[in-house]
Amino acid sequence: MAKITFITRENETITTEAAAGTIMELGVRQGVRGIDGDCGGVCSCATCHVHVAPEYMAIVGPPGDIESDMLELNDNVTEYSRLGCQVQITEDLDGLVLHVAR
Amino acid sequence: MQSVTDQPPVCIVGASHAGVACAFALRHEGYAGPILLLDQDPHLPYQRPPLSKVLLAEPRAIGDFALKPREAYDKENIELRLGVRVAAIESRYRYLRLADGSRQPYHKLVLATGARPLFPPVPGLGQVPGVFPLRTAADIEGIREAVLKQKKCRAVIIGGGYIGLETAASLHKLGVAVTLLEKESRLLSRVTSPRMSDYFCELHQRHGVAIHTGRQVTAVAQKGNSTLVCTNDGSTCEADLILVGAGIVVNTELAATAGLTLDNGIRVDATARTSDGHIYAIGDCTSHFNPHYGRYIRLESVQNAVDQAKVAAAALCDKQPTYNALPWFWSDQYDVKLQMTGLSQGYDDTVVRTEGPDSFSVWYLKEGELLAVDAVNCPKAYVVGTRLIRERIPVDASKLGNALIPLKPEALRSDF
Repeated sequence: MAKITFITRENETITTEAAAGTIMELGVRQGVRGIDGDCGGVCSCATCHVHVAPEYMAIVGPPGDIESDMLELNDNVTEYSRLGCQVQITEDLDGLVLHVAR
Repeated sequence: MQSVTDQPPVCIVGASHAGVACAFALRHEGYAGPILLLDQDPHLPYQRPPLSKVLLAEPRAIGDFALKPREAYDKENIELRLGVRVAAIESRYRYLRLADGSRQPYHKLVLATGARPLFPPVPGLGQVPGVFPLRTAADIEGIREAVLKQKKCRAVIIGGGYIGLETAASLHKLGVAVTLLEKESRLLSRVTSPRMSDYFCELHQRHGVAIHTGRQVTAVAQKGNSTLVCTNDGSTCEADLILVGAGIVVNTELAATAGLTLDNGIRVDATARTSDGHIYAIGDCTSHFNPHYGRYIRLESVQNAVDQAKVAAAALCDKQPTYNALPWFWSDQYDVKLQMTGLSQGYDDTVVRTEGPDSFSVWYLKEGELLAVDAVNCPKAYVVGTRLIRERIPVDASKLGNALIPLKPEALRSDF
């Protein structure tokens, strides 16, 4: 189990636990505003953009090639940007804090 | 005075991508009154794109593809009424007449009625067993059952559009022998260029799918346990399963009962409002004005469903939104990722940019202006194309096709 916290653009904090699946699926399941996942998780829409809290970036890892390209569609890309559908939840992510991107 | 929570609900007819997105967007916009979502489909609302892609090819349950978990509807106080059919709209008195004869009043109404599969008028098609469209969870269950019944199932797919091709790839993955019949001279003829048609034809043939273009089905008939499919060239083939992917019919019948203006779908304005001020329409069923291309269009896509739903929700909350999204689409077949941005209709020139044997993009232009990009295994072209089209950046067509020039908006822009 990994405890994961989402902080929405409205500053709502949602802390939840999951053992598997992706960050996008978890966000949609928990009704996190701003995590839409319109394409269903195939890295085609960039509607699950999150900023990883810097201290967790090393554990989460950098985006893949396709993901990096897709992130360029967003105006608020930073070095901490990831698409939630491309981040698999594992126990290593326990404590992870994510900010929903604008 | 009646408070917002006592008034009749905002009723949303159709609980697929558009309807569900609209219900949640209404809450996001701060709507506090009751919301009622109705659909004929008895399943908890689910995503449709995976139906022809992963869901058919992998043994997954439809529940894995729910648009939202059931608790999310409870949490946002959205009432779901599934498995019910709305028979008519009494717009003068603002209520819905349901198929069971009951009445459901509405404060505002949102039509997200979508479309249904078109069955070509082929003699015998309505009589033989094992014929399926590909639109609902029930269709998928039926197809899977039919595939599992046979040791070596043979499928004939009628129609070489995206649904037909995705279904061919998924069935192939299940070990089904697939024959695809397309009446036009090339695949995807309604939606893309010959270059793309050729690529996808070759891709499917490489995987062992038999593709026949210019081949129209003239009749089908039962022959023992299977079905005989006759085509216009005089040949026949046998099938255990027939998939119909021959396009759609827009569900406008309900809108017609309210006398709404129809024109290739339900005509709506930039706020998704129909010709009746209390009724909005969203998604596949609407004909709306696209400011970028300067014409009325109807789109069959998740992007349109979700974006228009958000516009309608904002309008219902007395905001003044304008629907002005650049259309985008995607398709997954085998390990090929196709991404499309913009609308290519009306193009007078195409440029192909090749990154590698299975990675390229087709750029569509009209009088020098970039209209659309189809990107095969090349998300960068999709992203850069989106930027160039959305911001109307003038492009240098001679640079687009040169793979040595980096795929960056500033490198591809015209210097004039």
